[in-house]
Amino acid sequence: MNRWIAFWSIFLKDVRTYYLKPPNISWGIIFPLAWTGMFFIRAGRGLDSIPDLLPGVMTISILFGTTSVLAVTITFEKRQRSFDRLLLAPIPLDLLMLAKTSGAILFGIVNAFVPLLIASFLIDLSGVAWSLVIPAVVLISVVSTFLGLFIAVSVSQVFEAQTFSNFFRFPMIFLCGLFIPIMSLPVFVRPLSYALPVTYGVDILHGAVRGGNVMSYTTDFLILGAFCIGLFLLSLHNVRRKWIS
Amino acid sequence: MPKVNGTIIEVAGLTKRYGEVLAVDDISFDVGRGELFGFLGPNGAGKTTTINVLTGLARPDSGTIRIGGIECTHNPKAGQHLVGTVPDESNLYPELTGYENLCFCAALHGIRKNERRRRARELLATFGLTDAGDRSFEGYSKGMKRKLTFAAGIIHQPPILFLDEPTTGIDVASARQVRQIIAQLHRQGTTIFFTTHYIEEAERLCERIAFIVNGRIVRTECTTDLLQPIQGKNVLVLSVSGSGANLSEEMNAAFPGHKSQSTSPGQLRIESTEPINIAPLIRFLDERDVQVTEARRHLPSLEDIFVQVTGIDAELMRKEREKAGGRGANQ
Repeated sequence: MNRWIAFWSIFLKDVRTYYLKPPNISWGIIFPLAWTGMFFIRAGRGLDSIPDLLPGVMTISILFGTTSVLAVTITFEKRQRSFDRLLLAPIPLDLLMLAKTSGAILFGIVNAFVPLLIASFLIDLSGVAWSLVIPAVVLISVVSTFLGLFIAVSVSQVFEAQTFSNFFRFPMIFLCGLFIPIMSLPVFVRPLSYALPVTYGVDILHGAVRGGNVMSYTTDFLILGAFCIGLFLLSLHNVRRKWIS
Repeated sequence: MPKVNGTIIEVAGLTKRYGEVLAVDDISFDVGRGELFGFLGPNGAGKTTTINVLTGLARPDSGTIRIGGIECTHNPKAGQHLVGTVPDESNLYPELTGYENLCFCAALHGIRKNERRRRARELLATFGLTDAGDRSFEGYSKGMKRKLTFAAGIIHQPPILFLDEPTTGIDVASARQVRQIIAQLHRQGTTIFFTTHYIEEAERLCERIAFIVNGRIVRTECTTDLLQPIQGKNVLVLSVSGSGANLSEEMNAAFPGHKSQSTSPGQLRIESTEPINIAPLIRFLDERDVQVTEARRHLPSLEDIFVQVTGIDAELMRKEREKAGGRGANQ
């Protein structure tokens, strides 16, 4: 049988059912706009502050866009047992979970480009290293999605997924160098920052937008890639352990 | 006859435990290719757990499973292309229409767009849901949901079909339609593993039946063989007043061709291979100041065998199914 027909159908169904719904589209636009505006006003340096804020706003748009929908929809489908239908399909579990997460990854990537598009009207982006921005956005979207997946398969109720998501997401805003440089954080908090995947994605974006990366790009990409693989494998393990038990 | 074309489902020593609860306890059975095999037992007997393990939704603690000759114990995905499943609860997507749900389920089995559209339309027509095809699933009635869930389970035309209580909780007409479709699929050669707690339904549809109680199979036999001992038997149930029910021994002596027994207080059950003449019985009881308030001819059925084999009160199962909201299977 053609497994890719199943993959494509799951992806398209999720995009149509969850991601192209008006609340999510507005979330994808309003949320980045609100954050951009908030930090723009807070910085008080006018348009000069945009290159500093842009990596953080892009990351936060991806993080909230991917985890919000995915963690809830997978938990919801499991609760109403329609997820069982997917588990009964003759496609490998890893391909199935990739199909379930592809919509969220794409949604995250699109979300990231909303603040970027707005910024392009306000400042000159010709100095941006797009060859770094694009893979970084993709990897941040993948790692955030797999974080959402990990949350979704670790809980059984929709409200637990939402609570658990916030437990990860909000500290990441402050710990991962999105708006506050990691070096400005208290020393005892810094190990926590380096234990979070988003730190490495933001570092690449800071480097690509204004040349302010702390670690080497190779280190950032390798660690980000390792987090993607690790979170995905951990989620698969949890699905097998908890949902096919 | 079952299993003439070889075995398609082989289960040996299957055990499944959920924490402290032993849901399935060392069960073994085979299902022949093209056979309609019934799994009959009360709620909580282990029927759904067995289906979940066989289809890959749960992992066995021990035992072996082969589906279509493929070893599936540790790799349930290996046999899933051969299998269709109709679960005990409708599990389609509420936000999709009936038609979209069917197309999506076909796509999960790798069926191409034109073919899945054709099959979806065909099945909507077969199940009398053509007019509802463009409505979202969440707006369907319970019976319509069951029928669409059934259609989704067979859209990829699987050679093996697992049906988990397909007529529970639906109206008489829908239940009848579902049974007709099961019979038709069986005629077309589909192997059907069918769980139910409707004894009459199992008797009517299944070629071979396994009785499952508390996770254990207590008997597996061809339906005709199961019914053999009660065929040609006449049973009369008398409701009597006073101490009439204690007279069974005396009656057995007085009517040698009959076998009388007290089944419950105030009830006498009389069995015979000959037609039972009621007048001498009433006279006999009347002479002993026992009044007969009701006389009922009872048609022996699989229910009698089930009660005899499992020791489970059939009345209890009837109450269970009423609690589940279903009366359809009786009609």
